[in-house]
Amino acid sequence: MSNIVETVTPAPTTGAAFMRAIKSFALLRESIPGMIGAGLVLFWVIVAILAPLIAPFDPLAILQPMAKPGTDFAQGGTFWLGTDHLGRDILSRIIYGSQTVLFYAPLATLCAYTFGILMGLAAGYHLGWWDIILSRVSDIILSFPVLVLYIIIIATIGSSGVNIIIAITFASAPGIMRIVRGLVLDLRNRDYVAAAQTRGESAMYIMLVEILPNARGPLIVDACLRLGYVIITIGVLGFLGLGLPPPDPDWGGMINETRKMAMFFPHMTVFPVIAISSLILGFNLLADGLREVSLRD
Amino acid sequence: MLILISKRIGFMILTMLVVSVVLFLLLEYSPGSVAVKVLGPYSSEEARQLWLERHGYFEPLWYRYGTWLGNFMVGDFGDSVRFRVPVSEVLWPRLWNTAILGFWTFAIMIPLSLILGVLAGMREGSRLDRIISVGSIITTSVPEFASTVLLSAIFVYGLKWLPGTSSMTSGFDVMQLILPVMVLIIYDFGYVARMTRASMAEVMTSHYIRTAILKGLPYRQVIMKHALRNALIAPFTVIMLQINWLLSGVIVVEFFFAYKGFGALLLEASLNQDLYVIEACAMVAVFVAVTSQTIADIGYTYLNPRIRFT
Repeated sequence: MSNIVETVTPAPTTGAAFMRAIKSFALLRESIPGMIGAGLVLFWVIVAILAPLIAPFDPLAILQPMAKPGTDFAQGGTFWLGTDHLGRDILSRIIYGSQTVLFYAPLATLCAYTFGILMGLAAGYHLGWWDIILSRVSDIILSFPVLVLYIIIIATIGSSGVNIIIAITFASAPGIMRIVRGLVLDLRNRDYVAAAQTRGESAMYIMLVEILPNARGPLIVDACLRLGYVIITIGVLGFLGLGLPPPDPDWGGMINETRKMAMFFPHMTVFPVIAISSLILGFNLLADGLREVSLRD
Repeated sequence: MLILISKRIGFMILTMLVVSVVLFLLLEYSPGSVAVKVLGPYSSEEARQLWLERHGYFEPLWYRYGTWLGNFMVGDFGDSVRFRVPVSEVLWPRLWNTAILGFWTFAIMIPLSLILGVLAGMREGSRLDRIISVGSIITTSVPEFASTVLLSAIFVYGLKWLPGTSSMTSGFDVMQLILPVMVLIIYDFGYVARMTRASMAEVMTSHYIRTAILKGLPYRQVIMKHALRNALIAPFTVIMLQINWLLSGVIVVEFFFAYKGFGALLLEASLNQDLYVIEACAMVAVFVAVTSQTIADIGYTYLNPRIRFT
């Protein structure tokens, strides 16, 4: 049942599309890994939403440094996962960290998709110069090793939440554009596109209303995979010290701050590692399940 | 074939040129800050202006770009602001270290992932297939920075088998290479294995394999002689493109293990705004990436007759 709840969030345009979306997510029930993935993602979404209710402590409050997991706090409460080197409760920081990740990652992915889809539609539908220029530009951006590109961008424009979104958009939009372009090249010769052209619809209308909805299947699968990558990216940037500025709880940053103490206090790093890996695993399994289901029919 | 190769190489050179222009503009559009970085925050405004003039920063942009590119071609990458030596002196040994790391990673990862992929794809849907598929999803889901921490928690702090840093200060040491290579393999092999599996599974459903089996050939021979030859074309491209991924991966691994490699150099340089080092590293990275892509394209065409003759 959990997977159906999730489909309610993206507002579908029409009733029919809504029913189809529910159906494809309901089909996901046939893929066990897909179900596990959906469960993991849903788990973290709920944790992020309920963070103020379920977090035992303030994530920024300095309470008692270097407590082992399960230590009782003198003023009430228990550090279930221990505290970090500054004395902040790790469980609370992980819980609030899920908000950070689940805010920035989908937002960055959405931005990247907006640009990527527009570029792909323009290149695939208009062809000609649009296609040549957009394809060449994205070839060049894609020829960079990803992390090298991120490091250069962040080194130039500085590290902040907005800049991370800009960097991710810049680096991922070309990849999305390629996928969209390929799909559009296939769809642009369909009858309904010709019909719309005869009706005299504008190019914008045809691209967004006729072509895009029919290309959504592979894009949804790709979006799940890409969300996983974006979470990795945000984590890596935090880990390399190029991520969100402290003290906001950020999983990658938590791992980086405490990794030198992992010898004596493994709990400080191991729990954030488990958190981030489980969320990425969730998206990967979900993508895999969706692909499997979509190939079936 | 010759036309294709020259086309690809032409495109490669074009890409490198565009990348060099972009990098140049991106990193040098603020000449004021360069002087501050070289001379320190307490230098006088006059000294900064003098330095800028002496280093040609008041020349027109195209002229500066031309000089920079010309010097770059002959291997003069400028001076590192941080290390106070020519960039090439720092860059080449670092690149060599990364090459060692990359070599061992590939030497182990490629056979491992191909074997697992072929085993999984041979009988799609079997228990072995499912174990390998799920296992490779799980290993690719643990990001490199996470597995560095986990693996060093196990092998360095728990079992005390391996050293936790790989700075190689007292000469080359194989023990220090094990963990970095392990992390890179664990993250990368899953993807290649999954691609090999998909390719193998597709070949196994093709008509000529069915014919071969119906002809009564031994299963072993069908796999070794008929299936593998076609199934390994796609993974070849994937593996070549994996070099691009590896260049990202080494940054994290080298940073964590303090390995004196190319990725750590780039990261250090960008944290210290060491312009010429960033430029040189980025150009080298793009060069390696584009070259491997070109080889992948040409190789794929060469291996796949269906493309070659059309």
